[in-house]
Amino acid sequence: MIMEKKQYKKIVDKHKPTETRAQNAFIAFVTGGIVGVIGQLMTEFYASFFEISTKDASTFMLVTLIFIASLLTALGFFDKWVTFCKCGLIIPITGFAHSMTSAGIEYKKEGPIYGLGSNIFKLAGSVILYGVVSAWFFGLLRLIIMGG
Amino acid sequence: MIYVYSFLFCGFVCLIGQIILDNTKLTAGHITSIFVVTGSFLDTFSIYDKIINYVGAGALVPITSFGHSLIHGALAKASDMGIMGLLMGMFDLTASGITAAIIFTFIFSLFFQAKN
Repeated sequence: MIMEKKQYKKIVDKHKPTETRAQNAFIAFVTGGIVGVIGQLMTEFYASFFEISTKDASTFMLVTLIFIASLLTALGFFDKWVTFCKCGLIIPITGFAHSMTSAGIEYKKEGPIYGLGSNIFKLAGSVILYGVVSAWFFGLLRLIIMGG
Repeated sequence: MIYVYSFLFCGFVCLIGQIILDNTKLTAGHITSIFVVTGSFLDTFSIYDKIINYVGAGALVPITSFGHSLIHGALAKASDMGIMGLLMGMFDLTASGITAAIIFTFIFSLFFQAKN
């Protein structure tokens, strides 16, 4: 009987994660795609509304997305959405803003310097660090090999 | 059509991230860092520029575009200033995003309390 239970559990474990994995992947794909479409819609709206180039409009769009993500994180909605969508909201720029705002709000009780100031980049810092190091390294390679 | 491409590309990047997250021990922090490095690597050969031309904002929204913008600004400045330009132009294009994130975070941290 115990053996059967163990075997049963083994079979369940074997099948259960793959199903949720497929589900997670699907949710991440759809929500990530929706964020991309919202970005494109917003870019075209800004480009026609302010009569600016697409490049400038895309900067406006990124700032707007960061604002929305920060505000919703501060209001407390975004954490629930991130646990549901996972990478669908972490990989877009919204995840960057979310990590900063959630760290800021969480650590501000420890004071303005050692709380907020020291921890604001706690999660986003790795993105900036490895982004800058890799961009510098690849940029140097390209400059030396291809001449810019 | 650009909306479909935006949806597919941005969704695809998130899909890859989710698959890595679920099937390895790497955390979200690892994945975003890897994606930023991937973005700057792809722009070394100007591949990411071509992707942006095809899919529009769908390629600018994922964190890979952060790496792309870093190296793009650095190389643009380097074409004028030589090797020092790499350091001078690094944050040229990403300054708006980082500054906005810092300012909004600071303001919201002042006014909002942590839940639970």
